Amino acid sequence: MLDCIPEGPVLHTTGKINPAKTCQPLGAMYAALGIHGCLPHSHGSQGCCAYHRMHLTRHFRDPVLASSSSFTEGASVFGGAANLKTSIKNVFAIYNPEIMAVHTTCLSETIGDDLPNIIKQAEIPEGKTVIHVNTPSYHGSHITGFSGMCKAMVSYLARSDGATKKSQMNVLPGFVNPGDMREIRRIVDLLGVTMIMFPDTSNVLDTPLTSKYQMYPDGGATVAEIRDSGNSEVTLALGSYASHDAAEVLQEKCGVTGIPLKLPIGIKATDDFIMAVKDWFGIEIPASLTLERGQVVDTLIDTHFHYQGKRVAVFGDPDHVIALTEFLLTMGMVPVYILTGTPGRTFEAEITKMLEDAGITGSRVKAEGDLFELQQWIREAPVDLLIGTSYGKYIARAEDVPFVRFGFPILDRAVHPLMPVVGYRGCLRLIEQISNALLERRDRDCLDEDFELVL
Amino acid sequence: MNTSSVIPEEAACISERQDSILTAGKSKKSIHCADDSLAGSVSQRACVFCGARVVLNPVTDAVHLVHGPIGCAAYTWDIRGSLSSGSEMYRNSFSTDMKERDVVFGGEKKLAACIDEIVEKYHPPAIFVYATCVTGMIGDDIVAVCREATRHHNTEVIPVESSGFISGNKVVGYRAAALALLRLITPKEGERVEKTQKLNFLGEYNLSGEMWLARRYLAEMGIEINVAFTGDSTVAALKQAPGACLNLVQCTGSMHWVALQMEKQFDIPFMDVNFFGAENTAESLRKIARFYDDPVITGRTERLIERETARIRPAIERYRQKLTGKRAAIYVGGAYKAIALIRQLRGLGMEIVLTGTQTGKTEEYATISSLLDEGAIVVDDTNPAEIERFLLEKKVDVMAGGVKERVLAYKLGVGFVDHNHDRKECLAGFDGAVNFAREVYISTCSPVWKYLRTPVGGA
Repeated sequence: MLDCIPEGPVLHTTGKINPAKTCQPLGAMYAALGIHGCLPHSHGSQGCCAYHRMHLTRHFRDPVLASSSSFTEGASVFGGAANLKTSIKNVFAIYNPEIMAVHTTCLSETIGDDLPNIIKQAEIPEGKTVIHVNTPSYHGSHITGFSGMCKAMVSYLARSDGATKKSQMNVLPGFVNPGDMREIRRIVDLLGVTMIMFPDTSNVLDTPLTSKYQMYPDGGATVAEIRDSGNSEVTLALGSYASHDAAEVLQEKCGVTGIPLKLPIGIKATDDFIMAVKDWFGIEIPASLTLERGQVVDTLIDTHFHYQGKRVAVFGDPDHVIALTEFLLTMGMVPVYILTGTPGRTFEAEITKMLEDAGITGSRVKAEGDLFELQQWIREAPVDLLIGTSYGKYIARAEDVPFVRFGFPILDRAVHPLMPVVGYRGCLRLIEQISNALLERRDRDCLDEDFELVL
Repeated sequence: MNTSSVIPEEAACISERQDSILTAGKSKKSIHCADDSLAGSVSQRACVFCGARVVLNPVTDAVHLVHGPIGCAAYTWDIRGSLSSGSEMYRNSFSTDMKERDVVFGGEKKLAACIDEIVEKYHPPAIFVYATCVTGMIGDDIVAVCREATRHHNTEVIPVESSGFISGNKVVGYRAAALALLRLITPKEGERVEKTQKLNFLGEYNLSGEMWLARRYLAEMGIEINVAFTGDSTVAALKQAPGACLNLVQCTGSMHWVALQMEKQFDIPFMDVNFFGAENTAESLRKIARFYDDPVITGRTERLIERETARIRPAIERYRQKLTGKRAAIYVGGAYKAIALIRQLRGLGMEIVLTGTQTGKTEEYATISSLLDEGAIVVDDTNPAEIERFLLEKKVDVMAGGVKERVLAYKLGVGFVDHNHDRKECLAGFDGAVNFAREVYISTCSPVWKYLRTPVGGA
C-alpha cells in the first residue's frame, strides 16, 4: 500500500501530498447547517457545492442540502451578482428557508464580488435574512471557514438590548460532531444554566429515520436565539481556531465577556469547561457529574497498563489535536508526531509547551503539514498507535500500525458523529478505542502460548 | 415553527424547470437538457474538474497534480473505487496548495517548482496537471508550464484544462480529459506503434475489478485487451493504444469522442458495448466475436455464454420472484448507465417509474422515453425537492443512484442501490448481474423497513 513512498527521508517543500485539511467553504457550510431553518449557499461554481455536500454527507450519513450560484464562464467574466440575486430569489421562493447563509469560494473571491452590496440589492422577502462570509479557499483551512461563518452569525444577528445582561451563557462549540454538541448540552443542563449554543447541528445532521423527510430538521440554533446571544453574560468559546474570533466580536459588539477554552476533550479540558461555568455562575456541581468524572479516573487506573508509555502519532484539526494531546499525556502515552493541516502559529507553540511540561523531548510538531510527510516520519521511526481521520488508514496499513479514528472526516466507519468524544463520557469512549486497538494488535500478533483470556 | 415535511405541490417544481421533466407517453416535445443548471436550484451536478478527474484518475502510475487551492485535491483523494493490479501512485493526492500570494501574483512559478520536485523525487512516467477555477480565472498558462517541463525533464507533463466554472456539466470535463489522453497516446515524430490483434476498452474504469472480469471473458474467447481507458492502466500501456485493432466503448458519455478521434487518427474502428446485465453482456461478447470473424473464437464465445447464462439463471430467478412488481427509480450521471439499468431492473420483473440523468443528451432521452412505460417520469438535472416529490408520488420501493441521492432515499424509507463510482461490488458481467440483483433485493426487502412502516406505539 502506497509503496511509492521512496526510501529515506525525502522532504517536499512545495505543494501538498495527501492533504490533512480541506478548504474554507466546507467549514462555512457546516456552521450554517447549525442554524435552524437555514439553507447554506455556495457562491461559486457547482463543483464546490457538490463536493462539500458530498464530503459532509459521507461523514454524517445524513442529507446535506445547499444551493449554489452555479457560476459559468459568463459569470466569471462579468461577475456573479446576477447569479446571486437570482439564487436568492429562487431559494426563498421554492425552498423557503428562514435564513440563507452565503459563503464565497475562490472563484467569487478572485473576481472580487462585493457581497454586502449584492445582498443589499437583492429581493429578500419580509422577515427573512441573508448573511454572508468571505471564505476564499486559498487561505487557511475548513476550520477558518467555520470560524468565519460563526463570526458572521454574530456580526449580522447578535444584538444587545441594553446594559443589563440575562443570566444565561453562550457556548460556541467549535467544529465538533452533533453527538458532541448533544453531550455539551447535557452537561450544561445538569449544571442548571441556561445556554444558547450556536452553531448547533444536533438534530440537523443526526436526525432519526421516520419515513418523513424534513428539509429543515427540528435542530439548530434559531435566528432569535442567536440574536439573544448578545444579551448573555458570558460566552464560552471552545477551540481557539474555530471559536475565538466569533467570541471576540460578541465581546466588542455586545459587551459579552468571552472566555477562551479548549475543546472539552479529556479530563482536564472538561474540568476547565465545567469550572468556568461554576466560577461564573456560582452553581454547585451535581453529584452525577462528579460520579462520571470519578468513573473516568477509575477507568484510567484500571487500564493504564494497556497503553502507558506507548508512542502515538496524532493528526487532524488543530483544536481537536491540541485537546487530545493533553488527554494522551494524562493517559501516560507519549505523543511523538503531532500534525495538523491547518496553518497557524499558536498550534506548534501550545503543543511544544505541553510536551515540555510533561518532560517529553524529541517529538515532531507541525502545523500546515500533510500526510505524506507524516508517513515518512513514521517510516523513519515507528509508533505504537496512530490516531486521526479516515485518511490515516493508508499509513496504518502500509506501516502496519494500530489505528483509532478521530475527528473529521471519518468516511469509512459509521456511528462516530452520533457519539461524543467530549466530556467525561467522551473520555471513556476514547480510552475504550485506544485500549481496544492496542489489545487487538496484541491478540493478533502474539504467539499461541501468549494468547490470553484475561487482559 | 413548523417546516412541513413535504414541499407544497406548486413549489416543488421551479417553473423554469418545467421543460426538463417529461412524462413518458404523454409529452409530445423533447426534453430540455444538456444545459447549465439554474442558479439556486440545488442541482446534484458537479463541475468540469470533477468530470476530468474521474476519467483520468485511474491511470495508475502517473502523478495527478491539481493546480489550485487545497479543496479540489482534498475532495477527490481516492474517492473512486478504481482498482489497480500494480502501481498505487494514483491513490496519492498531489496539490500545489495555492495561497493568496499565488492568486495575486500568479501560480505558474509554484507549479513549475512542484513539477520539478515531483520529477526529481518520484520519477513518474507522466504527470497530469489539472487546472481549477482559480487558475483558470487568473490566467495561469498551464499549457506553457507543462510544455517547458516536458522539454526540460524529458518526462510527459500533460495539461488538463479543467477549470470548474466553464460549465456545470461534467461532460465538458470529459472532453478536457479526452484531449489530455490523446496527447499522451499520440506517437511522437518518428515513433511508431506496432499494430496488433489486441483491443482497447474505452470507458471502463475497473471499479471493483470489472475490467479484470471483462479481460477474463475475452481471454477465454481468445482475445487480449491492450489497455482500458483508464481502469488499471499504465502510461506505457496507454501509449500502445494506437496499435489496437478495435476499440470497445462502454461509457459513451466520457469516451465516444475519444473513439471517434482514434478512428480518424489511427484507423481503429469502434463499437459500443455494455457489460451490465446478462443479456447485454451476451450481446456484447457476440458483437466482439463477430468482429474478429474467427470460427474458433465464435465457438468459444457461444460456449462461454451458454455456460454462464445457465449458471446464473437459478439465482436471478430467485430474486426475480421476490422483486416482481416492485417499483424502481433511477437517477445517475449518464444516459448509457440509465439505459443499462432500465433493462436490468426490468429483467428482474420490476416496474420503472422514474428515470433521470445529470448529463444526458436529447437523442439519449428519446431512447429512454421509448423504453419506459407510459406514465413514467423522465427528468434532466434534477434536485432534492423534485426527487422527494417523485419518490413519494410514485411510491418507489428502491432507487439506483449516487451518494447524494442515497441519504435522501433512506430518509424517505426507500431502498437504495449504489451504481455510482464508489460501488464496492462488481456489477458487470454474468456474476455482476447476480450481485446487482442481490443488492436490489437486500435493500428493497430489508427487514428494517418493517420498523418504519409499523410505527411504535400506534403513532
